[in-house]
Amino acid sequence: MQEFLQQTIVANFNYWIYVTLMMIGLYAMISKNNLIKKLIGMSIFQTAIILFYVSLSVKGTTDEVSIPIIHHHQEEAEHADHGGEKKGAAAAHHEPHAIDPTKYANPLPHVLMLTAIVVGVAILGVALAVSQLLYKDYGTLEESEILAAIKELPSDHG
Amino acid sequence: MAEHLPVIVLLVPLFAALINALAGSADERVGFPLTVAALTASLASAVVLLLHVVAEGPISYFLGGWDQISGIGIELRIDTLNGLVLVTVAAVGLLTAIYSCQRVPEDTPGRVANFYTLYLLLCTGLMGMTVTADAFNLFVLIEIASLTSYGLIAMGSSKRGTYAAFNYIIMGTIGASFYLLGVGYLYIATGTLDMSDIHATIITEGLSDSPSILVAFVLITIGVWIKMAFFPLYGWLPNAYTFAPSTTSAILAPLMTKVSIYVMIRIMLTVFGSEYVFEQLGWSRLIVALATIAIVAGSVLALAQKKLKKMLCYLIVAEVGYMVGGVWLADHNGLVGSVYHIISDAFMTLCLFLAAGIFFRRLGSHYIDELGGMFSKMPVTMAAFAVGALAMIGIPPTCGFFSKWYLIQGGIASGHWEYVVALLFSSLVNAVLFFRIFEVALFGSKPAEGHGHSDDHGNDHAEPVKIDEARPATLIPLVATAAIIILLGVFNGKIIDIIQLTIPAGSIEIPAGTMSGHAAPK
Amino acid sequence: MKFFALLAVSVTWCLLIYAARDFPDFAVPDSPANGGKVSNYFLEKTEENSHVPNVVTAVLADYRGYDTMFETVVIFTAGIAIMAILRMTPGGSTGSGALPPAVPRRKRTFDGSELIVSGTCKLLIPIIQLFALYVIAHGHHSPGGGFQGGVILGASFILLAISRNLDAALQRLSEKRYLMLASVGVLIYAGIGVMSLLLGANFLDYGILSQILPATDAAMARSHSMLGVEVGVAFTVSAIMFAIYANLSTAGELKNGL
Repeated sequence: MQEFLQQTIVANFNYWIYVTLMMIGLYAMISKNNLIKKLIGMSIFQTAIILFYVSLSVKGTTDEVSIPIIHHHQEEAEHADHGGEKKGAAAAHHEPHAIDPTKYANPLPHVLMLTAIVVGVAILGVALAVSQLLYKDYGTLEESEILAAIKELPSDHG
Repeated sequence: MAEHLPVIVLLVPLFAALINALAGSADERVGFPLTVAALTASLASAVVLLLHVVAEGPISYFLGGWDQISGIGIELRIDTLNGLVLVTVAAVGLLTAIYSCQRVPEDTPGRVANFYTLYLLLCTGLMGMTVTADAFNLFVLIEIASLTSYGLIAMGSSKRGTYAAFNYIIMGTIGASFYLLGVGYLYIATGTLDMSDIHATIITEGLSDSPSILVAFVLITIGVWIKMAFFPLYGWLPNAYTFAPSTTSAILAPLMTKVSIYVMIRIMLTVFGSEYVFEQLGWSRLIVALATIAIVAGSVLALAQKKLKKMLCYLIVAEVGYMVGGVWLADHNGLVGSVYHIISDAFMTLCLFLAAGIFFRRLGSHYIDELGGMFSKMPVTMAAFAVGALAMIGIPPTCGFFSKWYLIQGGIASGHWEYVVALLFSSLVNAVLFFRIFEVALFGSKPAEGHGHSDDHGNDHAEPVKIDEARPATLIPLVATAAIIILLGVFNGKIIDIIQLTIPAGSIEIPAGTMSGHAAPK
Repeated sequence: MKFFALLAVSVTWCLLIYAARDFPDFAVPDSPANGGKVSNYFLEKTEENSHVPNVVTAVLADYRGYDTMFETVVIFTAGIAIMAILRMTPGGSTGSGALPPAVPRRKRTFDGSELIVSGTCKLLIPIIQLFALYVIAHGHHSPGGGFQGGVILGASFILLAISRNLDAALQRLSEKRYLMLASVGVLIYAGIGVMSLLLGANFLDYGILSQILPATDAAMARSHSMLGVEVGVAFTVSAIMFAIYANLSTAGELKNGL
C-alpha cells in the first residue's frame, strides 16, 4: 500500500492536484445554476491547466535549480577582481559561456502559460460583460430563471 | 515578397482591424471599405499562395527566421490542403463583408466600428488557424476566433442571443481548454510543439503505445469536436447562430465549424499520423457510428424546426456529421470527399444564410411559413437560395453532389453501410425540407400582408406582384456565392486533383516532408 | 444535470489520472519536455543570440514572438468585444432590470476617511506607475516584461478610479485615448515585425533590424527590438485592463458607478 502511494501519488502529486482542481472547476461549469459560479468554475478550470504546465517545467527542488534567468556569478566575481571595469564586464557578457541547462527551469511552459493567463483574463472579461447584459435583459443571473423567462418571450422576437 | 505571403495573408486583416479601431472612433464609415479592401487583398494573396503551392509544393515559413532546430520557433506551413481552406476563408469573409454593408448599421447601431474590428480579427484568427503548423499557436488563434465570435454574437440585440452567447462561452472555453491540455500532454511526452516534429518524435521514440499520447488524442479530439459542434456536443450551436445578427451568423456558420474540421484533419494526419489514428486506435467503427447518429439527429431535428435559420443550424450539425464521418472512414475517397465537402459546404451554408438574412430583413420573421410568394417578389434572391438548397440536397451540377459522391464512395469502399444509408437519408430529408420551402415560396399565401386565407392561388393573380428585390450590395455576394457553388461543382475534378497533391491517391495520410512527385523523400 | 456533470467529471478524472501514471515524476530534469532539444536550445543559445539573460523574455518576445503578438491581439480583442457588448443603444435592449448601483452613492461629506484614502493613493499612484515602468524596462534581466508591467500600469489607473472616482481616471485616460493606446500597442508590435519583413527577412526576425538601428549587431538588435515589442505589449495591456474595469464597473456607460 505504502509502495503504491509512493510510486503513484507522491512522485506524481502535482498531476493529482491539478486533475482534482480541474475537475472541481469543470463540475462547477457544468452543474452550477448561477452564472457567476460557472465563471468561477471556469477560472479554476483554466488555472488548474496553468498549474499543470508550470509544474512540469520544474527541474529540481533544491537550491541548485533556479528560474530561467542566466546568471554568471562566478565570472562576475572574477571581473570584480579585475577592478570592476565596466568594459570587461561588458565584454564578458558578449562571450558565449557554457551553460548547464539542468541548472535552470524549463522556460517554455512559463511562456506558454503567460499566454494562457492572458487568454483566461480576456475570456473572463468577455464572459462577465455578457453576464451583465444578461442581468440587464432578464433581471437575474440564475440559469433556471433565465430559461423560464426565455420560454415566455414572444416567439418571433430573437 | 512572394515567399512572405503566408504571413501577409493574415497581416493585412490584422492591420486593417487596428487601423479601423484607430480611425473608427472618429468616423465609423471607414469600417466597410477598409474591411472589403483588406479582405480582397487577403483573398488575392491566398489565391496566389494556393497557385504557388500547387505549382511548387508546400511552403514552410519560419517566423523570426528560427529554423535552426525544428520546434524552437513557430512555423507556418502551407500545402494544398490548407491552401484551399485559406482561399475559402478569405472568399467567404470577403463575400460576407460586402453583404454587411447595409446590415451592420441596422443590426448594431452605434457600434459599427467595433463590429468591423471584431470581424477583421475573426478573419485573422480563422486564417491563422489554417496556416499554422504549431500546436500551441493554434490554441492562441482558436481563442482569437472564439473571442471575436463571442463578441459578435452577444452584440446582437436579441435576448436569446445573449444567453446563447453565454452558453457558447462556457462550451467554447471547455473545448479550447481541453485542446490546450491535450497539447500539454503531447509536450510532456515529446518535448516539442511543432506539429510535424511531434509526429516525428512519436515515431522515433516509439511513443505510440503510451497512455499520455492516447489521452492527448482524446482530449484534443473532444476539444475540437466541441468547437465544431459534433453530435453529442452540439448544444451551443443552434441558438447561438440563430439569434446572432445576420452578418455574424453568415460568417460564423460557414467558417467556424469548417475550419475546426480542417483542424481535426490536420491534427489527425499531421500530428498523430494516419497509422496511429486509423490502425492503432481502431475507433473508426465507433466514430463513424457517432457521425451517423449526428447526421440522422441533425436531419430529424431540422425537420422539426419552423424557423428558417434554426433549421439551417441543425443542418450544419448534420453536415458536420458528414465530414467527421468521412474522415474517420479511413478511406481515401472519404477523406478527399471530406476536404472537398469542407469547401463546398462553406459556400452552401454561406449562400443559405445570406438568403435567410435577406428574408429575415424583408419579413421581420424567422418563420418558414411566411416566405409565401417569395419567388415572385424576390426572384433573384430566391433563385440563389434554390441553388444553395439544391447543393445541400446534392443535385448535380452543384458541388454538393460531387462531395457527397466521394463520401458515399468512401463509405461503400470501407464497408460503413450505416454511414451511406444515413447520408442518403439526410439528402432525402434535405429534399423534403427545401421543397417544402419552395412550395411555400411558389404557391404559399402571404399571411404577412394580412390576406388571411390559407389556399388562395387566386390572390397572386388578383394583384400584380411587384418585384421588390434586396439591395445590390446584399444581392451581389449572394449571387456570387451561388455561382461559386456551381463552378465548384463543374470543376470538381480540378479541386480533387489539388487535394490529392497533398493526400496522394490511394492513401490516407499526408506524407512527411514535401508532397509526392515534387521532391525526393528525405 | 448534476448527475450528468458528476458522471462527466468522474470519467474525465479517471482518464487524466490514467495518463498521469505515464508522466515523468515531479521535478525530473531529464524528462522529454525538460531535457529536450528545444528547451535546452533556449537555455544554451539565448545569450549568444540576443544577450538577454531572462530566457523567458527571449522566448516570449523572440522565439515565439508570433504567439505573443496574437496574445496581445487577444487582449485587444477582449477590450473591443467588451465595449461592443456593453455599449447597447437605448433602442437595442429594453431590459427589465437595469443594473442596481453597485454601492449606494455616498454623499461627499468630509468624514476624514476620504482624505486618508485619496491622500494615500495620491502618494501611491506615481510610485506604482514608476514601478510599472521599471518592470517593463527590466524584463530582460529580471522577471517582468510588457504584460506584467502593463497590468501594474493599468492597475494604477484602476486604483485612481476606485479611490476618487471614475471621472478622475477618465479625465486622464479617456475612452478615445485608451482605444488609441491599445491599437497603437499592437501596431508597434506588428510594425516591428513588418519592418523586418520590409528589410527582407522573415516576419519578426529582429536580427535584420541592425541595419537601421545604429551601432548594433544582430544580437543587440534582437535585444532592443524585444524591448520595443514589450513596450507595445505594455501599451495594449495597460489600456485594455483599464478599459475592462471602466466598462464592466459601469455596465458600459462610463458614468460614475463607484
